[in-house]
Amino acid sequence: MTDASNSPSSSILTPVLSEPWDDDKPWRLDTYLKHDGYQGLKKALAKHPDEVIQTVKDSGLRGRGGAGFPTGMKWGFIPQGDGNPHYLVVNADESEPGTCKDIPLMYANPHVLIEGVIIAAYAIRSSHAFIYLRGEVVSVLRRLQAAVQEAKDAGYVGQDVLGSGFDLEITVHAGAGAYICGEETALLDSLEGRRGQPRLRPPFPAVAGLYASPTCVNNVESIASVPSILNRGVEWFRGMGSEKSPGFTLYSLSGHVKRPGQYEAPLGVTLRELLDLAGGVREGHRIKFWTPGGSSTPMFTDEHLDVPLDYEGVGAAGSMLGTKALQIFDETVCVVRAVLRWTEFYAHESCGKCTPCREGTYWLVQILERLEKGDGTEQDLETLLDVADNINGKSFCALGDGAASPIFSSLKYFRDEYVAHLTHRSCPFDPAASTVWASNLTGAQA
Amino acid sequence: MTDLGMPRLPAPGYPADVRERLEADAREIIGRYPQSRSALLPLLHLVQAEEGFVSPSGIEFCAEMLDLTTADVTGVATFYTMYRRENGGDFHVGVCTNTLCAVMGGDEIFATLKDHLGVGNKGTTPDGTITLEHIECNAACDYAPVVMVNWEFFDNVTPASAKDLVDEIRAGTAVTPSRGAKLCGFRETARILAGFPDPRPGAVDEGGAGGVPSLVGLRIAKGHNPDGDAKTGA
Repeated sequence: MTDASNSPSSSILTPVLSEPWDDDKPWRLDTYLKHDGYQGLKKALAKHPDEVIQTVKDSGLRGRGGAGFPTGMKWGFIPQGDGNPHYLVVNADESEPGTCKDIPLMYANPHVLIEGVIIAAYAIRSSHAFIYLRGEVVSVLRRLQAAVQEAKDAGYVGQDVLGSGFDLEITVHAGAGAYICGEETALLDSLEGRRGQPRLRPPFPAVAGLYASPTCVNNVESIASVPSILNRGVEWFRGMGSEKSPGFTLYSLSGHVKRPGQYEAPLGVTLRELLDLAGGVREGHRIKFWTPGGSSTPMFTDEHLDVPLDYEGVGAAGSMLGTKALQIFDETVCVVRAVLRWTEFYAHESCGKCTPCREGTYWLVQILERLEKGDGTEQDLETLLDVADNINGKSFCALGDGAASPIFSSLKYFRDEYVAHLTHRSCPFDPAASTVWASNLTGAQA
Repeated sequence: MTDLGMPRLPAPGYPADVRERLEADAREIIGRYPQSRSALLPLLHLVQAEEGFVSPSGIEFCAEMLDLTTADVTGVATFYTMYRRENGGDFHVGVCTNTLCAVMGGDEIFATLKDHLGVGNKGTTPDGTITLEHIECNAACDYAPVVMVNWEFFDNVTPASAKDLVDEIRAGTAVTPSRGAKLCGFRETARILAGFPDPRPGAVDEGGAGGVPSLVGLRIAKGHNPDGDAKTGA
């Protein structure tokens, strides 16, 4: 067996966020302090808040929640000297199918997020920050609650942070089960105690967000990337990745790969390089389709293994980097089944506010159900595209666009497979062949 | 038979001692927010911790504490999937059947459990221990297929291990998730969600930093065996 660690490509990995995870109790403050914990905060507090914003702007850090908007620029949009309270809200509602980076990050080391929160709040001049965590992960909630308490006891949070005169309160808030709350304005409505439905923009949250005050909403990984930038500098950060997509990030491999998991690497690595480290697709199989950044990003195929996984590279190839959730499906998987299941998800999670998404996803599910069972018609394929087209770009928020995306991309690359369901009058795939235990069986026989 | 009679009477209030205790908790929660209505989601978790579901009495309590109408509170409570509208098992077993987990075996696990427990989706076993539900992506795709029990992770589940898991739960055996602290009941879990930390000493430190998938990239980068036991670092 080849040891991946001896492969020259292992040097492409750059663990920064994940670096302390194999130490003793990395979720504890004393462990984090051994790994340069809260050093970035000390350097930030020695600067004027505007300088902190400028540093993050100069670093080129882009939002890791999916959209890739420059983080420093977002902070700069918060009006200063306006006399209103400002709020920082961390979007920890990680729910996009395939996405699994923020949860392991907060579970292993919640302090890197908390340090980032303090720096960001200082920069935008906010004295109350919220971490909106999806409710369905109690193990993470427990550690976030404990870490905030530890940070308070150590004087990093509360009145007069480290003698700087800056006051900060952090509230950890658990959601209650709703994908839509990952959309930043729906998240704000939810945090205000309402149904989580998106708001019309403008006004943008930077002007009128939480309680109609200037609010900055950032993803967990974006905020957690800030302490090391402050501590180690812009040059160091820009030494990784590309000019327009600098820095390191967590790539999450899942599905039919030998070693699924978290791979922290500079932006711009390719799936081929990551698969090499992950031991490749499971024994005896080949990659069929994959998502670069969750179910809402158009799917790719084996033609796209060398696409640089950064914002520009993935965009140029017709998809989006999204959350870097690399879900790998081998040739045993029926693409129609996969798309049906994602579509059922979007229909279930549609908040009901706008008609294209609420009604459109409802009809998409029914058409796809027919198609998957082999009861569909050629006309259904056209209707499917037509309905998806009536959602895409016409819904109130990005959930609708996300719902259309697997439909467009699967029909683009796998139209023949849809047609095969029509000609077979049934699904030509055996779901048992895709399971984990099917591959174990193959492995045992091989 | 359709009941065309009296409109439903107002929900009964909590007994005085319960009310007093919950009011103190509610005031603490409300105090964490600049505006009181932000406390609504945690308060709904709190009343769910009291009764195991969000009852009409719980809705009325939240409405009174926040000066909202019961219609407002009901509108919010019914939007979010984690709030139960009727009582269920002390253990919520959620099988992920979103695309990736479904393909990797989640569909088979869900079918096996429905058959083994003799209940459908959202059904509760006659002994009142387990409510079974299929759930959406729970952000653990690198551990697929995943089952959540009271919102704790059970990773890399198989149909056989899923059956063992529910059997142990029904037999009253203490069950430990793949990551996170030993399981507590549905109501105790709801109280943590309301923002009251787990009272069990050491609960925060249980469960390690993550399984093999969480650490695999780090280990390869450090030149360690990527397939070693995550918890011991061996």
